[in-house]
Amino acid sequence: MLWVDQYRPKTLKDLHYHEGLSQRLKSLAASGDFPHMLFYGPSGAGKKTRIACTLRELFGPGVEKLKIDQRVFLTPSRKKLDVNIVQSNYHIELTPSEVGNYDRVVIQEILKEIAQTQQVDLNAKQRFKVVIINEADSLSRDAQAALRRTMEKYMSNMRIILCANSTSRLIAPIKSRCLLIRVAAPNHKEMKTVLEYVAQSARAGKIPDEAAEDIVRDSNGNMRKAILVFEALKMQTPDLSGPLSIAKPDWETYCHKVGDMILQEQTPQRVMDVRAKLYELLSHCIPPTIIIKTVAERVVQGVDESLKADIMHWAAIYENRMRIGSKKIYHLEAWVVKVMSLYKHFFYDMDMSGFEDGF
Amino acid sequence: MAANFFSANPSTKKLGKEKERVVDPNLQPWVEKYRPKTIDDVSSQEHIVAVLEKTLNSTNLPHMLFYGPPGTGKTSTILALSRQLFGPDNFRTRVLELNASDERGISIVREKIKNFARQTPRAQTVASDGKTYPCPPYKIIILDEADSMTQDAQGALRRIMETYARITRFCLVCNYVTRIIEPLASRCSKFRFRPLDSSSTTTRLQYIAATEQVAVTPPVISTLISTSSGDLRRAITYLQSAARLSAASIPPTEITARDIQEIAGVVPDSVINGFARTLGIDVPAGVDESGDVEMADAPNGSLRGFELVQEKVKALMREGYSASQILTQFHDLVILHPTLNARQKSNCALIMAEADKALCDGADEELWILEVALRVNKAVA
Ligand SMILES: Nc1ncnc2c1ncn2[C@@H]1O[C@H](COP(=O)(O)OP(=O)(O)OP(=O)(O)O)[C@@H](O)[C@H]1O
Ligand SMILES: [Mg+2]
Repeated sequence: MLWVDQYRPKTLKDLHYHEGLSQRLKSLAASGDFPHMLFYGPSGAGKKTRIACTLRELFGPGVEKLKIDQRVFLTPSRKKLDVNIVQSNYHIELTPSEVGNYDRVVIQEILKEIAQTQQVDLNAKQRFKVVIINEADSLSRDAQAALRRTMEKYMSNMRIILCANSTSRLIAPIKSRCLLIRVAAPNHKEMKTVLEYVAQSARAGKIPDEAAEDIVRDSNGNMRKAILVFEALKMQTPDLSGPLSIAKPDWETYCHKVGDMILQEQTPQRVMDVRAKLYELLSHCIPPTIIIKTVAERVVQGVDESLKADIMHWAAIYENRMRIGSKKIYHLEAWVVKVMSLYKHFFYDMDMSGFEDGF
Repeated sequence: MAANFFSANPSTKKLGKEKERVVDPNLQPWVEKYRPKTIDDVSSQEHIVAVLEKTLNSTNLPHMLFYGPPGTGKTSTILALSRQLFGPDNFRTRVLELNASDERGISIVREKIKNFARQTPRAQTVASDGKTYPCPPYKIIILDEADSMTQDAQGALRRIMETYARITRFCLVCNYVTRIIEPLASRCSKFRFRPLDSSSTTTRLQYIAATEQVAVTPPVISTLISTSSGDLRRAITYLQSAARLSAASIPPTEITARDIQEIAGVVPDSVINGFARTLGIDVPAGVDESGDVEMADAPNGSLRGFELVQEKVKALMREGYSASQILTQFHDLVILHPTLNARQKSNCALIMAEADKALCDGADEELWILEVALRVNKAVA
């Protein structure tokens, strides 16, 4: 088992950071009138861990006995959908975005089913069951609408916990029905504490301060990533001495290469080359938003200060269009062309001004 | 060992529709516990309540369209009205509720309505609870969350409404009246539910707090009002979780305005001010701030220009604040700023409007907060 999983806190009081929040969750779990909730925050901040701890507070260790199932749903047009479901006697967890636009079917079926069955375990600490919906920010509008009245009508035997990176893609009536719980990324100090705890638990010896510092800086608040990197480094260099080189994931290196290609040459041929690379990334299921952000951040590192804001501006514009439009590649490519043109003009204008000044 | 979630265990009892209602109120979140039982209980929407009161004493009811933002009492009002018209016994046979969670392909809707409208209503006015109900000679069909119905389905609904006009009344409920097609909307009396005003919200919250024996101070109430912007459901949820928290602390403490802000996801002033300062807006250290800490991991001092702004935005995003919340608070700071000139403020407002639109379209939060930051930075330079 990986360290991230093995040393994941199990109860609210084991959680290392955001003590105030843990206290709040504990007090909510202690009364039978627990509300629907929406956990949000950056990835790797520990939302899922915190949800699992809250469940445990609500139901006791029984929630840890998990069963993984694959269920088949039928769309109105008789198409079969496979959905993976994790469940215990007290809760069920699913990621409806797995089935794209058919997520409404899944939500409807599952919720109705649960809403209409009573808790049969007479010793259960709560009368309701909990439904955890992951990646709630990618739920379609229809699926969100389907949740609305269900959340009210079946409140006596069901509670919903939504988990999302951001709240802006959720419709207002859903936000109105949940208690919003913000889970901030841990800060550097908190991350180091967690790393030390993991090192100690894994009997991995003390983690040198510099190494911890490097790992934490590299992970940008993502606790999961930090622990994964820590474990990988430990495998490579058991004493974690000397300058560490933290390997970047392949897709990131690849995105950086795309960024460099854009700056090396601005020609139609280069656009074609870049496009092939972008396709490659998309076909490996790297989300287009991540692609445009990673490439843009690389590009701005290599250009003059006066161009940086422009490049990010167009990244914001094209990312937005990508969301509304249907073909991601068009907008990615349009942005690449835009950046090339900005960059080229920048040099061209410099030359011109040079001429005007009589050089 | 208990049956599993989906196992067809015979002891897994299907809940009868009537059964659902009998729930220990102490196990219900307050929003449900304090859902208005009669239309008199409905706060704030006086005009609507007055009109509906009249229908209780007449045999007629128009088709209706309720619209307004979340948590303003639309669903509660129609449910309460229906219950008052028909009483508990006849409710099931006289009122059909269809909402967005039901399969709403138009053929299914048509079928359901057909079946429902078929049996002719018979009046039986004295109910099992000993009360008398008007039981007017029609049935009510509630189409809740009607704005998520497709245009086609709405079009077909027109015909259905006509076909059964004699014995059914429709009540369409939605947030956005513009999403209801005109021919449908024009057949209904429209009722606009407004965000709750502060005095009705205060009264309702104080009533709930008193019933639950929770002490609330005026600053707490006013924070509840300002953070819930007219959505009573949200205000009640905040109040309840604050109450749970304060009761659980040892020793029990009073609810504070700060608790409410925290629960409501309000960004601390110190954070917004710090953001503004990074962008070159002059913000004197206020009194509010003294107690707050600066964001952890503030950008390191050697950064300048673009990189400084970028780092600041990243730090803000790590804190997980919702982009629209940041935007709202930052907007207020800029617009009310004592020394920025009108031109600078207009430019900033323009940028924020664009960002708001993009965020509603589902654009990336970090990219757009950065966009706002960079352009505001330029606008105030
Ligand atoms: N005007 C009101 N008077 C009293 N309570 C209200 C009022 N509006 C909302 N509430 C409270 O908020 C809860 C939700 O209200 P309701 O379901 O009527 O909202 P809605 O307008 O249908 O919202 P949505 O558009 O999200 O469906 C109620 O259970 C009640 O506790
Ligand atoms: Mg409603």
